[in-house]
Formats: sequence, structure tokens, C-alpha cells
Amino acid sequence: MGYEEKLLFLSEEWVKRFVEELNKNQIYFEAAKDWEGDFLFIVNTGPKVKSEIILYLDLWHGKCQDYKILPDRSAKKTEFIFEGSYENWEKLAKGELDPIKALLVRKFKLSGSMSKIMRNVKAASELAKNCNRVPTRFL
Amino acid sequence: MWEFTSPRKILFGEDALEYLKEIEGNKALIITGKTVKKLGFAEKVSKYLEEAGLQTKTFDEVEPEPSIETIVKGAKLAKEYGPDWLIGLGGGSNMDAAKAIWVLYERPDMEVGAISPLEKLGLRNKAKLICIPTTSGSGSEATWATIITDSAGRTKLELASKELVPDIVILDPQFPKFMPPRLTSDSGMDALVHSMEAYVNQWRNDFSNAMAIGAIKIIFEYLPRAYNNPDDIEAREKMHVAATMSGLAFGNSQAGLAHSMGHALGAIFKIPHGRTVGMLLPYVIKYNVGKTAELYVEIAKSIGIQANTNQKYIETLIQAVKDLMEKVSVPFSIKDMGLDWKTFASELDELINRAMVSSETITNPRIPDEEELKRLFTYAFNCTEVDF
Ligand SMILES: [Fe+2]
Repeated sequence: MGYEEKLLFLSEEWVKRFVEELNKNQIYFEAAKDWEGDFLFIVNTGPKVKSEIILYLDLWHGKCQDYKILPDRSAKKTEFIFEGSYENWEKLAKGELDPIKALLVRKFKLSGSMSKIMRNVKAASELAKNCNRVPTRFL
Repeated sequence: MWEFTSPRKILFGEDALEYLKEIEGNKALIITGKTVKKLGFAEKVSKYLEEAGLQTKTFDEVEPEPSIETIVKGAKLAKEYGPDWLIGLGGGSNMDAAKAIWVLYERPDMEVGAISPLEKLGLRNKAKLICIPTTSGSGSEATWATIITDSAGRTKLELASKELVPDIVILDPQFPKFMPPRLTSDSGMDALVHSMEAYVNQWRNDFSNAMAIGAIKIIFEYLPRAYNNPDDIEAREKMHVAATMSGLAFGNSQAGLAHSMGHALGAIFKIPHGRTVGMLLPYVIKYNVGKTAELYVEIAKSIGIQANTNQKYIETLIQAVKDLMEKVSVPFSIKDMGLDWKTFASELDELINRAMVSSETITNPRIPDEEELKRLFTYAFNCTEVDF
């Protein structure tokens, strides 16, 4: 009892569970209730990742209305793209790296309005923290 | 990785303004407001610049909480005049305006709202920036932020870019000497809160810590002197330096909950910033203590407090803050600032919403939820000691 299989970070099952948890997450809901904007979250290629991992999330008023793992970044045009290495994504998911600080020191790259993000830092931080709610294993 | 950004040169002490005589260039645009101009400060600055062989022009239309329109107007003047130096002269608003005008002057293709830490602005192709603060508090001369109000006057755009940190800062005590006691107190408390919040913030680092502790020591000693005797030039000089050190501290760490709550209160009820964050400080310390007792003990030790237990250190520190507040006539509660409960309560939800989404709340050592923010605001209204 109490043992739950850990899901591989950013796999289909992991994303599904992440979104289920996000849509139940009251703290995120409150923080993001005014948020409108969709994202590509991209893991850049590196030693652990042969081809880019591209996650599409449509975030709207505190909920995720749609999500998909995409074959390539041109498959969807979004308002924001947030991308970085697998190592930094792992740190972000583990809560070792704060998303805003990570942007300021260029560990992640953002396309889209940084000022819109800065007006919603609480939502960004709760979105990252939602990873805690998914039992996760990393590559 | 983290970084410490600061102005390239900081001139300080009596006659620091004379450094302007050594500036090399052709034209300087002084950006300031009516009050500062009336005091003759802009004239003084331009006299020295002329001695250095520069032509000067003054844009004196910056209002408190500068608007986008003012920035656009100032940038238009800059474009026509073609300065190679911009001089931000005055309090935080004037220096903030100078930063934003500078961006539009260098980058006519950009809008004010697009200034962001991730955007390469490419400043310093046309001009460099000198900031000369005339109050001792905002720290804008040392930070990479600028606050501009949108046209409707409702939203404050908090914009930031490391490129906005001025090239040269001049801290001459002849300017803050003219501050009336009320402004001395408000701006001095703002500086204290910048350092106290930077020191305990999640973004704290060794460089910002050193600046914060250095400033806190100075402020406890010299703020009452500057408040009681406007002509105490030593106290004025020390407070002027401490305000910039506090700017370096929070600019390279972050402010905290007293600021996110203070900005919300200031925006809704139009009450002075420094007084508001100062009033909130004891509540915020008490609230944060559970998370960061040892950091507050370090602050207490730095101002010479001696005690046997952490709890005693912190109690004495909070008392020292309150004593300082009393010496410089800072109110202890929102109620004491002249607001009635009904007016306050009708805006409570909006206060909570605004404080909740601020980056200063997120980086505070203890992050409140809405319920805790409600209690903090209510306690601060009623002058109730924080007990949760
Ligand atoms: Fe402040």
C-alpha cells in the first residue's frame, strides 16, 4: 500500500497525470485565475535527450484546457515558448530552481512577453510546483 | 549562477557633484520635476556640466508616479536635442523617468511596456546615464527597475532590465539637506525596509547581504539625526550612502512582503510609499520569523543587540524597529494613517489580490496564502501583534 509507480518525467503518462493534478490544484487555480495564454514547453537536445521534447499546454483561467506532446515545434503556434536543457528542467521540477530566477540568469529561454509573465509570477511558480504532485522519475 | 549588478562609478560625500566638471561629452539632457527645479538643483547641475564644456537642456515635466505620456514626451525632446548624457535628477520618480526616456531615445522602435530583463535593449549607443538622487530612500539610482504608470493611471508597470543600471551615480549631501523632516523619515524608512527585506529574501546572496547589513547599521544610527536636524550634514551624507547601499541590496536580491503589501496599499489609498512599508515592517518581521529566525538574529547582532536566546534577539530587534519608527514619527498601523475601517474593508479583497501576485510576495522567506494575507492586512489595520 502507498506505493505508487513513478512516471517518467515528460512522458505521455506523466503529462496526463500532471494535467489532472493541475486541474485539481486549488492553489494554482487561485494564482492563475486571470491567466490567458498557451505555451510550448521545450526540452532542448543534449546528452540525455536525442530529439527535442515539446509539450503544448493551453492554460486558461486557472485550468489546463488542452495538452499534447508534439512531434516538432512548428506543429503549434503559441503565445509563449519556454525552453531549456533536460538538467535544468529536472531542477525546476524538483523545486531546486525557481522559474523566474531561471529566466533571469538565462537557464531558460522565453519567447513571448516577459512582462506578462512578471505580472503572474505566482501562477508560474505554482505551475512549477505542481510537478511535486506527480510521482516522478527522471532519465 | 547569479549576478551582482551595480553602477560603474559612485561618487559620494560633500562636493561629489563637482565630479560633473570632469564629464566628457557634448550635450546633456537633465530629466527632473518641477519641485527639484524650483529648488535650483537643475541649475547647479547644468552649471557644472557647462564648466566641463557641455551644452545642457532641462526637461522638468516629470510628475510623481510618471506616466507613459511623460516618458514619450521626454524621449521626443531627447531625440530632437541629441544628448550623449542623460541626467536623472531627483527622487525615485525622476530617476525612473530618466531610465525609461533613455530606452525610448536609444530604441525609438520600442514601447515602454516592452522593457524586460530578457530583451536586449542595446543601450549606450547614443548616451549614458548619470543618476543624482536628491532624496535618500528609493534606491532607484542603484537598481535595474523603473516604475511607470499606464495612461489610465490605474496600472503601474514594473519594468526591469540590467541595462538600466546607471553608469554613474552622484551622492552629494547638499541635496537631501533640503528634505523636510516628513520626507526624510518616509524615504529613510523605505531604505531600511529595502535592506531588511533583501537580507532575508529567498534571492539573498553574499554581495547583497553585505550591502544590506552595512546600510541597516547606518540607518539605525543616522536616520533620527537627519530627521531631527536637517542641517546635520554628516547624518545626511550617511543616509544618502545607506539609501544607495539598500538599493544595491534589494536590486540584487529582492524586496519582500512589506513591499508587496505596501504597493497594494499605496496604489489603492494613495499613501506615501516609505511610510507605508515602514509601518508594515514589524508585522512582516514577526510573520517571517518562523522561517528565518537566524537571519533576523544576525541583523539584531549587527546593530549591537545582545541577548541570550534567539527569541530575545528577535523581540529586541522588533522593539528597536518600533523605537526608530517612533523617533521619526512613523505610524504603527493602517488605522493610524487615517483610514477608517469601512473604507479599508471595502478594498480588502483587492489589496489581497494585488499583494498575492507580486514577485515580492513569491520571493519572501514565508509565502502567505490569501487567508494569511487577509489576517496580515487586518492585523496591520488594527495594530494587533502577529500571532500566526
Ligand atoms: Fe521601497
